[in-house]
Amino acid sequence: MSSAVASHAHPATSTGLDHRKVAIWAFIGSECMLFASLISTYLIYKGRSVVGPFPHEACNPPLCATPLKPILNIPVTSVSTFVLLMSSLAMVLALAAVENKGKPGYEGILGSSKLWLLVTAILGTMFLGFQAYEFTSFVHEGLTIKTNLFGSSFFTLTGFHGAHVTVGVLWLLTLLAIDMKRGLGPKDALIVDISALYWHFVDVVWIAIFTLVYLIK
Amino acid sequence: MADQFTHTNADIDVHKMGEMHEHPTWKEYKWVALILTIITILEVWAYYLPSFVASPAFVPTLLLMSAVKFAIVVLFYMHLRYDHKLFKSLFTGPLIIAISTAIALLFLFGKFAGR
Repeated sequence: MSSAVASHAHPATSTGLDHRKVAIWAFIGSECMLFASLISTYLIYKGRSVVGPFPHEACNPPLCATPLKPILNIPVTSVSTFVLLMSSLAMVLALAAVENKGKPGYEGILGSSKLWLLVTAILGTMFLGFQAYEFTSFVHEGLTIKTNLFGSSFFTLTGFHGAHVTVGVLWLLTLLAIDMKRGLGPKDALIVDISALYWHFVDVVWIAIFTLVYLIK
Repeated sequence: MADQFTHTNADIDVHKMGEMHEHPTWKEYKWVALILTIITILEVWAYYLPSFVASPAFVPTLLLMSAVKFAIVVLFYMHLRYDHKLFKSLFTGPLIIAISTAIALLFLFGKFAGR
């Protein structure tokens, strides 16, 4: 390790650590508080909607003009959750490929950072597609951000998360473009590591949302 | 792909990355993904068991499974297990504040009243 440090000096910092990595961890810490506030708001308003549709309960007249089924689609969301979890696996493999570029065992297609960055971006886009489908079906079933407290807090929470996933996908595509243009190697490991941290954070936020919003009735 | 996944490559500044130990191997990453998938399947399965949903153990069990998944991703995929203690503090500090604030708000708005 020490030889690695000596071979690639960086400007001195008070912590001895790269400021970019300190910054991304500080950012992730602040994001924890942002999502905790959004999740808290959702949970506080849960069960307080006066009119339907409702997340886990059917809605019948007079609360709803027509009888409505529970609106959350657990099978579809379970698949999208699996997709996001697998994107995290693809992301760690992309980082491993960048860090170990040129080393034995990383020459083939499975050792290609381009492949894993592309797979991660595709899985992230698939997740966004699932979310777009879910939002569209909710609107068709009569749930908008203005309908009731559930709609307001649900769309705000999942919309914020979806926006973060969108930023992550754009970030991944930027890295992929750099990789295509000049190639990403061990010297670029830090920038890929930082994007990976952001991507995994988006994943852990969804882990919490999936349980607290979708599964707990 | 090789199972060895180390930071012995001279081009990588491990100190700059803040990592104190080697990352997990490729095999370990696959195991982590498998465990995450199994826990997710168990969560969804539990959701479709009416008797379990009605029991007092339902919510704590789901929260526990979710917390385990959260911890696994943070420790292994985000490499916090291997990272510098400053990074651990930067994440766990705000996380503790966030969770405490959320619980306090839920108490304040009476979400635990009558249980």
